[in-house]
Amino acid sequence: MSEHGWYELFSRGARDWLRHNEKVREAVHQHLPELVANADVLEGGTRTVRVPVRMLEHHHFRLLRPGEQEGVGQGEGVRPGDRLAGPASPAGPGRGPGGREQGGMEFVLELQVDDIVDWLWDEMRLPNLQPRAGGAAEETDWIREGWDRKGARSRLDRRRSFRESLKRRASQAGAAQPAADGKPPPAFTDDDLRFRQLNRRARPATQAVVFLLMDVSGSMADADRKLAKSFFFWAVQGLRRQYRHIETVFVAHTTEAWEFDEARFFEVRGDGGTIASSGFQKVQEIVAERYSPSRYNIYLFYASDGDNALSDRADAAARLAQLRESASYCGFLEVSAAVQRHLTTETARLFRNSPGSGGAGTLGSFPVSRTEDIWNAVRHFFSHQQRGQESAS
Amino acid sequence: MSGASWRDHVGAIQRLAAQAGLEHDPVEFEAVPDSFMMEISVYGLPVRMPHWSFGLRYITQLIQHRMGHSRLFEVVFPGNPGHAYLAAGNSLAENVLVTAHVLGHADFSRNNLLFRRSQQQVGANIVEGAARHAQQIAQAIGEHGQARVERVLDAALALEQHVDTGQPLERPRFPDYAPPRAAPGDDGFRRRYEALGPDTGRRAPEPGRVRAPIPPRPERDLLWFVAQYAPDLEGWERDIFLAVREESFYFQPVFATQVMNEGWASYWHARLLREASFLPQDAYLDAAKCHSDVVRPWASGENVALAINPYHLGFTLWERIIEEQGVEAARRIMREDDDFGFVRNQLTRERAEALGLFRFRASANGEVRVAEHDLGALHEALLAPKYNFGAPAVAASRIAVDGSLELVHDHRLDGRGLDPEASTRVLEYLHRVWRRPVRLKTVDSRGHEIEMAVSAEAQPR
Repeated sequence: MSEHGWYELFSRGARDWLRHNEKVREAVHQHLPELVANADVLEGGTRTVRVPVRMLEHHHFRLLRPGEQEGVGQGEGVRPGDRLAGPASPAGPGRGPGGREQGGMEFVLELQVDDIVDWLWDEMRLPNLQPRAGGAAEETDWIREGWDRKGARSRLDRRRSFRESLKRRASQAGAAQPAADGKPPPAFTDDDLRFRQLNRRARPATQAVVFLLMDVSGSMADADRKLAKSFFFWAVQGLRRQYRHIETVFVAHTTEAWEFDEARFFEVRGDGGTIASSGFQKVQEIVAERYSPSRYNIYLFYASDGDNALSDRADAAARLAQLRESASYCGFLEVSAAVQRHLTTETARLFRNSPGSGGAGTLGSFPVSRTEDIWNAVRHFFSHQQRGQESAS
Repeated sequence: MSGASWRDHVGAIQRLAAQAGLEHDPVEFEAVPDSFMMEISVYGLPVRMPHWSFGLRYITQLIQHRMGHSRLFEVVFPGNPGHAYLAAGNSLAENVLVTAHVLGHADFSRNNLLFRRSQQQVGANIVEGAARHAQQIAQAIGEHGQARVERVLDAALALEQHVDTGQPLERPRFPDYAPPRAAPGDDGFRRRYEALGPDTGRRAPEPGRVRAPIPPRPERDLLWFVAQYAPDLEGWERDIFLAVREESFYFQPVFATQVMNEGWASYWHARLLREASFLPQDAYLDAAKCHSDVVRPWASGENVALAINPYHLGFTLWERIIEEQGVEAARRIMREDDDFGFVRNQLTRERAEALGLFRFRASANGEVRVAEHDLGALHEALLAPKYNFGAPAVAASRIAVDGSLELVHDHRLDGRGLDPEASTRVLEYLHRVWRRPVRLKTVDSRGHEIEMAVSAEAQPR
């Protein structure tokens, strides 16, 4: 069919179908927080999220559906009064008078995690980001960062991808003609695609390290842990997208604390009691070892059900106060899947009552009890407007 | 490729057609891939303006096609020359049949009154006209952006059936002023009244022009009306409305003569095939099988269908007409009728019975019962979906002083009211181009009058 090969490039139906999908995406965009919350992104290393959506409908003036529809059929030996379909048995495929089905069709839309992060993080910033000595001193600007083989679909560089495809096909055609199976090389493969790494947001003239501290003690139910991990997942994705020079450190604690690499962090579970100060202490140690506050903006996000051991109250408060001296921001995510809480837990109190001294960084807290809250939490902690003042509600 | 050998027969088939009395303009045949065939059927034209709703139809068709529900052999476009697209996957036998079928269509579109009229209006080549529209819209997208163009197309394509092909395509605006009132006639009363002397207590009415109401009577060509009278419509938006309207003028006769037209083409492909002695025997058999597949009234393995195959109905009627009255009488009917006249005049009681046609009622709970025999009711049930280009009778009735548009639905004509949800969505599309409030009167399911209105941009985008 090579004489019609040109045609495949200009398929109008496919073009209009893509436009329809684009419109669906725009519509989905508005419901993204709910969709994101329910998507199972933590399983496996998938870079896409599948969400069921409805096809759009282009409406025309249409009559009300009558209670009784009249039609004309054709058949052998059919007599007046014959019943061709009973009320119990729905008309089989191809036999119903048609036009009876309500609403539109559903299909599954595959969204790239990169796309979602782009949308969600459009207006997000790390709070209180300050220039630090030794950081790469770059001004905020529109920055092109070359091309990559992976990226958000919206950043696909068609011209360059096409060039890659041409190059590959030229070399393939030259290498083996005809190809082993007699087919011409495919027009595009995934390897041909090039995405613009165009950073359209401000880049920090700073270096930053973000500590993600999670309580994995026995009191954290599976649902709690899932909430916490989802939050961390979207936070990390966004931070990485937003800032090039950012380091992340993953710490989990029960009565003691451990540092994990990212993959294991999202799988970790423990049991036993909760001693928040152990986590804070671990963070302090890592800071002292690797991240000098003079060179790094330091951030801590702590997710816990808030049931800290009462015996730890003084210790935890002291550690948190010390941490604040060097950290730009400390956030507490109160997870409680079972009951809806409003920052009434021991740890929430700890964050609220922490005495602020002059140089101390800001604190913030946010309660999450349903998956729908996760996005609100991300917004709360990273939203552009709230970088300064913080109230614990 | 079988293409070469199929083309060898085109000349012979054309000679046969000419001997049989078919009169057609030259037709250009082109074999195209199945995917292109599918797009032609989705868009109705080989190149047509872009809109997301076509994408939706495309994907639905694609799925059906994959599931083997439908197969397209050919699509023909009238004109001089006409254009016929044949599926490249057709076998030799199928293409011989299809060639004859195409010539039947070409004969029909050259001679049928509705088609002739539409071609006078739209021009002899809709394929190129539509391509020009597509280009014009691509240009508008470049200048004004996809979102704005889409907003116009959402409205125009939603109203695509609402045209009045009884009016010329190039239609002048309504007169802006009412005609001056005619001088009062000479009658006894007036003479006696004037003999009383001048009426001093009342000022004489000022002579002057009176603005005519727009529209003077309910206007059902909504595409034209919006293009002419939308208060703040920009030139390029108006052009889009008129482009959609022009295409509707082309589609309307295709819609209104489907049974006749498909039947006519099927009759002639069958007849020319019988006379095609030049065909190899096996190709002949294949073609005959293909014919019986196309005109069969119900799906294989069944003997009752709750729908009519227009190919079969038209084919059978033409076969009887030509058998009983001869080709000349049939040609006269073909020239003068549309499906309404054709079905009412030609679908006699005997023919309906021979075809096994019946009327049924399907209630909402899924029960389907065969109704009593009644030829008139059978005709109406067959034709009901074809009235008014298949659209409810909605007309523009008034432009209010604030520029808002009032539409009225003739629910008595349609027998029931409009679906409020779908109609409100259409009003939303319309409001975005009318840019003033838009209202629509119809009745609800209990027959009470209701009004739907869309005004401020409070709706979601």
